[in-house]
Formats: sequence, C-alpha cells, structure tokens
Amino acid sequence: MEDTGSIVAFWLLAALTVGAALGVAAVRDLIRAVVLLITSFLGVAGLYITLSADFVAVAQVLIYAGAISVLILFAIMLTPRASRDNAETFLQAPGLLLAGLVAFTIAFVSLEADWSVVEREGFEETASVIGEALLSKYVLPFEMASVLLLVSMLGAIVLVRPEGTPEEEE
Amino acid sequence: MSVELEHYLVVGALLFGIGIYMALAKRNFVGVLMGIELMFNAVSLTFVAFSRFVDSAEPLSGHVFVVFVITVAAAEAAVALALAVLVYRNRGTIDMDRMNLLKW
Amino acid sequence: MPPLAEWYDLRDLGNAVGAFLDWIRDQGAPDWVPYVVSGVIGILAILVWLLLSQLSFIWIERRVIGRMQSRIGPNRVGPRGLLQPIADTIKLFLKEAITNRHADRPLFWAAPILIFLPALTVFAVIPFGSGMSLADLNVGVLFVIAVSSVNTMAVFVAGWASNNKFALLGAMRTVAMLISYELIQVLALLGIAVFAGSMRIGAIVDWQSHFNTWLLFLQPLALVSFIIASSVEIGRSPMDISEAESEIVAGYHTEYSGIKFGFFYTAEYFAGFAISAITVALYLGGWTAWGLEEWVPGWLLFLAKLYLVFFLFVWTRGTLPRLRIDQLMAFAWKFLLPLALVNVLVTGAEVLIWREGDLSAGLALPIFGIVNAALAVALVIGWATFMGHLRPERRAKRAVLTQELGAIYYRRPAGPLGEA
Repeated sequence: MEDTGSIVAFWLLAALTVGAALGVAAVRDLIRAVVLLITSFLGVAGLYITLSADFVAVAQVLIYAGAISVLILFAIMLTPRASRDNAETFLQAPGLLLAGLVAFTIAFVSLEADWSVVEREGFEETASVIGEALLSKYVLPFEMASVLLLVSMLGAIVLVRPEGTPEEEE
Repeated sequence: MSVELEHYLVVGALLFGIGIYMALAKRNFVGVLMGIELMFNAVSLTFVAFSRFVDSAEPLSGHVFVVFVITVAAAEAAVALALAVLVYRNRGTIDMDRMNLLKW
Repeated sequence: MPPLAEWYDLRDLGNAVGAFLDWIRDQGAPDWVPYVVSGVIGILAILVWLLLSQLSFIWIERRVIGRMQSRIGPNRVGPRGLLQPIADTIKLFLKEAITNRHADRPLFWAAPILIFLPALTVFAVIPFGSGMSLADLNVGVLFVIAVSSVNTMAVFVAGWASNNKFALLGAMRTVAMLISYELIQVLALLGIAVFAGSMRIGAIVDWQSHFNTWLLFLQPLALVSFIIASSVEIGRSPMDISEAESEIVAGYHTEYSGIKFGFFYTAEYFAGFAISAITVALYLGGWTAWGLEEWVPGWLLFLAKLYLVFFLFVWTRGTLPRLRIDQLMAFAWKFLLPLALVNVLVTGAEVLIWREGDLSAGLALPIFGIVNAALAVALVIGWATFMGHLRPERRAKRAVLTQELGAIYYRRPAGPLGEA
C-alpha cells in the first residue's frame, strides 16, 4: 500500500495502539489502564480498516470496546479497592526479559521470512464471504462457538450466584 | 516507503510482548486478564494481516479465524471475571502473589 | 426526471459540491485536495445542520411538552420564547465548569468528548439523499451498533471520574440498561439486513425504493423494538433513569456543570437525531417516497421524516411516566428479547420461502406484510398474557397513601379503588 493516506493512517494507528498498550502496563491506576486498553482496542480496529477488513473491525469495536471492556470494569468494581493500583509481582524482571525475547523472536521471524506476498487491491466486501464461509466450510466451529458461548454464560451466572439464594418465584 | 506485511507483523509482535509481560508480571488478576486480551488482539491482527497480503486459495479464512478468536475471547473474559469475583469472595484478595495454593 | 447533474440541481447536493471540486481541480491543485475538501464540506454541513436542528428542537420540545402538560412552556425570552435556546446556550457557556478536587482529571475532562463521539460518528454512514452519505460502508448497519456501544464506555468513564457515589451508581445502572437494549437493537436490525440482503444502508434504501415498499410494513415488530431499544440507548424518557432528578440527582453527569454539561445535553439531542435518522433510513424508506423524490429534493423528504420520528420521541417524553430500573430490565430480557428472536426467525423463514419458491415480489411482500403485522399483534398480546402482565392483580392500583387519605376524606373503607 503506497498511497500517502494509508501510510499516514498506519503509522498513526500503530503508534496509538502500541502506545496505549504500553500505557496499560505502566499506568498506576487500574481504571485508567482499562481506558487505555479500550483505546488500544480501537486502534487495532483502525488497523483492521487499513487492511480492508471492515466486518472484523466493526466486530472488534462492538465486542471488545463495547462489551468486554464493560465486563472488565464491572469486575474491577466488584473487587477490593486496595488492589487497584496496577502493581507488578516479584516476577517483573523475568517477565520483562521473557516478553522482550518473545517479541524480538516474533519480529525477527516476520522480518526475515519470505512470505509469499501477492499484490492485491484490498477486499471489496468481506461480510458476505465470511457469512458464507461460516455456514458452509466452518459450520462445525460455528455451532461449537454458540455452544461455547451458552456454556460460558451459564457457567458465569452459576459461579457468581450468592450462596443460599432462595428460589425466585415467578 | 510503503506499508507492507512486515509492519503489521511487528506491531503484532510488540502487542504480544506487552501482553505476555502483563500476564506474567501483574499483581492484579484483572491486569493479567488485560494482558491476555492484548495477546488475543495481537494474534487477530496477525491473522488479518496475513489474509490481506499473502497468496491463498481462500483469502478470507483469516477473517473467519478472527471472528472465532473474538468469540472465544468474549466467552473467556466472562468466565475469568466470574472466577475473579469468586476468588475475591472466598479468599478476600485478588493478589496474584497470594494465589499459591498449588505450590509444593 | 433523472438528476440533471448541473450544479443548481438541488435534488442532489453533491452536484453543487462536485462543481466546486471541479473548479478547484481546474485551478491546478494536487489530487488529494478535492478529496479532503469534499470530506471537510460534508462534515461541516452535517455539524451545522445538527447544531441548528438541536437549537430549534430545544424550543420545540419544551413548548410541545408544555402544551401537552397544559402549561405554556418557555415564553419569556423573545417572542413566544423563540430565543430560549440561545439563552440556554449562553447560560451554559457562562456557567462555571467546576471540577472536583478529587475527580480523576484526565478522565473527567475526556468523558464529555467521549460521549459526543458516537452520536456524531453515526452520521457518517447515513444517506441523506441519493449518493449523499459521507461514507457508505459495506457494514453500515453493524457500524451504527458498534459506535453506539462505545457510548456505554463513555457513560461509565463519566460516572467513575466524578468520584461521586451517586454518579457511579447512576453510571452502573445506565450501563446495565444500555447493554441489555443493545442486544435488542441488533436483533431488530438483523431482520432488515436479512430482507435487503446487505448491510449497506444505501443498499437498504435502494431495496425499499426498488420494491416500492417501506420496511416498516414488513417488520412492524422490529420497528417497535428498535424504537424502544433506541430510546433507552439514548436515555430519553420514559427511560431516563440515568438522569432522573428525583432518583439519582443527575446520574452520571451529576458533577458536570457549565459547558461540560452542555456537551452531555447536546450529545443526547445528537443521539436522538442519529436514532431518528437510522430509523428513517432503514424502516421508513430514507430519502425515497414512492417517486416523490423526483420533484422534491430527497434530502428534504429525509429531514421531514427525521423530524417526524424525533417528534415521536418528544411526544413519548411528554406523555409517559418514567420506568423503574427493574421494570426496564424485566421488559428487555423477558419481553422484548423473545419477541425480537421470533421476529428474526420468522423473517428468515419468509425470505427463504421467497427465494426458494421463486415468488414474485408483488405477491410475496403483501402476504409477508400482513403475516408479520398479524404475528406482531398476536405475539405482543399473547406473550404479555402468558407472562402475566395483563392479569387483574397486576393492574395499577392507587398508591397506599392515596388510599388511606382517600378513605379519610371520602369516609369510605380504604382499599384499591375504594372498595372494601
């Protein structure tokens, strides 16, 4: 992608995403970390749009920034105030080393490998193709994903029910 | 200079590294979860970048993968946060340094 | 009469803009200048129109609600109170925008901006006329929902950053309300996408004009669900729990004063216009009106329909009492969600029969319309009866204090409706 718009968009969005992710790790307040996480999610959605993945970008905003972030915030509300300081454990230095090594390895492989890149103009409409694929070739994972969502929903509800709740009448 | 596949892969690698750091080194359970979500994002970005740039018979299979990754991430976040609430209820803390019941 | 493509043909405002851009190009500007200029013109036009509409509707809403409540409404400032919006705006600008000492300052200042963004961004995908949309995305319908879901986060950040227990409580209640009704919005819009075969809003408007019908006639249940869910999403009465002064002071924007509150106030109006625009584009045929758009500019028809739908919101605000939060949540999960699911199922079955049976549109669509309307009425009444909403003991009775006082005053035994 050589046009100026794509280049500027990519660099801005990449800086936003990686900067916000660094902020999530470094900020001292957990709520601000979550807000920065949402910014990072929106940055990734923007990167999807530069890759002409419109359906995936919109799904990313809808699910990650709209639902999972709210879930994380509610969980923070339900947990003690004293531990909302986004501190690190004693594994900070080894964690940093390992993270650096992993990131370096992946970056090295991606820069050195010879991907069979093809010149393409960008997809026109992804939603209908994804829909067809989901119902033809990937129908088994699709059905299993719905079962998985049902199970996780039931599991989350059952797990956090307070003990000794009387049976609701209705 | 143009934007190529490698740029997106490096961004994905950086996000993945930050996610691993947070998953390993954060004291709060929710911090660990945020690291895991960052790792999911990095992987999804890599999939979509590959699907855009690389030659393939079915170019959009990367997008289908990402849809499933997003779905599984949502389900996993729900259960993980339910577990966080439960752990707080039973142990009074969500400090990862105290979660060492399985140690020898 | 097809569009003339002359710059004075107002039926497509893009003609005038196109002539201007050609003039710029003839002056020898580089290639990206017309592109950027057209975007800027579109954004400015939408912003100016939104602000003017909002100012007008402040006056209209307060006068109309005043008349509905048998009072006059604002009539002090200017003739018939017409300058009231200007007075309101000046007041908001001049009021001191207080920030608490212990509020989370960056988040506190970011929240009004964050709440503004979804309301504005939605207007990018709405076709105001033929070819008059800023960005006719292929996933337009999903884009609208996704952008509205960012509203949830903005509300929470506003409530949290105020460092105020009432604000936080109001914000959490509002967020619970918003995420429940988001699901119903998506399901209501799913029926539209199934009929039109595309999520692009321009394609849906073209489908409606091609088959000479409005999707309102084919999906009455979805329209009603969408309007109810959207009025909850934007926090308007009768679902304005988030800002009910008698309950929670002012909910998540308690601590905001001055122009920061002005942002919240304006964003609520903009969101109302956005929802009306989406309803008009998807359910009411957008800028088409059975051929009238060849004489009258399409965007005028669009704006007229938009104001009518927004007037519907104003009307319900003046008429219906506020719902409690538990009533609201029960209504969403127990009533609207099953109805929306059944609607999606029936819509899918209908489209399948239409495609597989190879029926003609003139035969299939009226049948579908009648079936859907009958199903909507039957489902609403049947489900409400099944859930027990229409049982005699559920009907509203007078409050206890009123019963007691009524018994004392009328010298009758106390009881519901005065009986023993």
